[in-house]
Amino acid sequence: MINYFNPNNTLKIINRIQKFVFALFIIVLLLGLVEALVLSPEDYKQSDSVRIMYVHVPSAWISLGIFSFISILSFGVFVFKNKNFSLITKSLAPSGFVFSIIALVTGSIWGKPTWGTWWAWDARITSMLLLSIFYLLFITSWKITTDTGKAEKISSIIAIIGLINIPVIKFSVEWWNTLHQPASVKILEETTIHSSMLTPLAIMTAAFALFSLLIFLMKYNTELLKIKNKGLNRL
Amino acid sequence: MYGKKVKFRALFIFLILISLVLTIFLVVKSLEENVVYFKSPTDIKNLNEIKNAQKIRVGGMVKKNSIKINDKEIFFVITDFKNELLVNFKGSVPNLFEEGKGVVAEGLLKDKSFLNADKILAKHDENYMPPEVSEAMKNN
Repeated sequence: MINYFNPNNTLKIINRIQKFVFALFIIVLLLGLVEALVLSPEDYKQSDSVRIMYVHVPSAWISLGIFSFISILSFGVFVFKNKNFSLITKSLAPSGFVFSIIALVTGSIWGKPTWGTWWAWDARITSMLLLSIFYLLFITSWKITTDTGKAEKISSIIAIIGLINIPVIKFSVEWWNTLHQPASVKILEETTIHSSMLTPLAIMTAAFALFSLLIFLMKYNTELLKIKNKGLNRL
Repeated sequence: MYGKKVKFRALFIFLILISLVLTIFLVVKSLEENVVYFKSPTDIKNLNEIKNAQKIRVGGMVKKNSIKINDKEIFFVITDFKNELLVNFKGSVPNLFEEGKGVVAEGLLKDKSFLNADKILAKHDENYMPPEVSEAMKNN
């Protein structure tokens, strides 16, 4: 099973699909921006400021998704010492970190005109800030030591601990009184966003996911080349 | 199937995770007061004592037809449909502040039924729709 993830084969594939992913990302992003900024209607209460949602919500989703994925792979890194998984988690972290920052900043910009404040220490916002800090710790754990084995150990433990924060972020708006509104898009219940606003949201999410994939492939490619240059034939 | 070391590491990380979840659960539980961003009018009614010098946040719905504005001040009632609290505020309110919508007021409690707010935040709900749809829903 591990052989399917053999980096020797993936290097070739990555080079081939990188350009394809980039082209697809540009197309989907343009489509999403036109939908979000021009075609979609304004909100009945918030009017045009609702358009921040099309950046804010997808970035929050993507940063949560990437961190969950990193955490799950980190079990493989910590318990089974899977070197390839550690390269994948290392390459995923930067785009996840950037999206968590984007979610915080756009949320702040959105909060001022709607709530009347830039920042509130409510459970959702604070736990989201904690996610950014976990990302930062994860990334710095690779920088503070040149010993790969040590870095793998520290970073995977950080990611596994950070996994606890994920359901806290998700359910914070239900467990406690928060200034942040509850989720609009739900798995089991009907979503409370009108379909004309849901379309740009979905397209923007796809665009951001493609962007993360692109950055991941570039970073992963670099990591593999680094190992190749060390003169190692296999991991 | 797996070596001793693998099993040890799996057990180790599992125990760390379980103990951390427990710790965090207990810490959050005991800090519930601070995790909650605002209290409801019912919580205020059930308070044992009122700390006059301490700021407090109260949230709920702005009661319909309760907003009264005079020269400098605005008065309105926060309700959670069980209990109510009268709030007064000097200053400008956020755009989304409206009757029948969510609000969080921060300030000093005078007594259990009156809050002197120095900050008003609008809390909006999870519904998003175009104006035409909202009009159509109102007409139904």
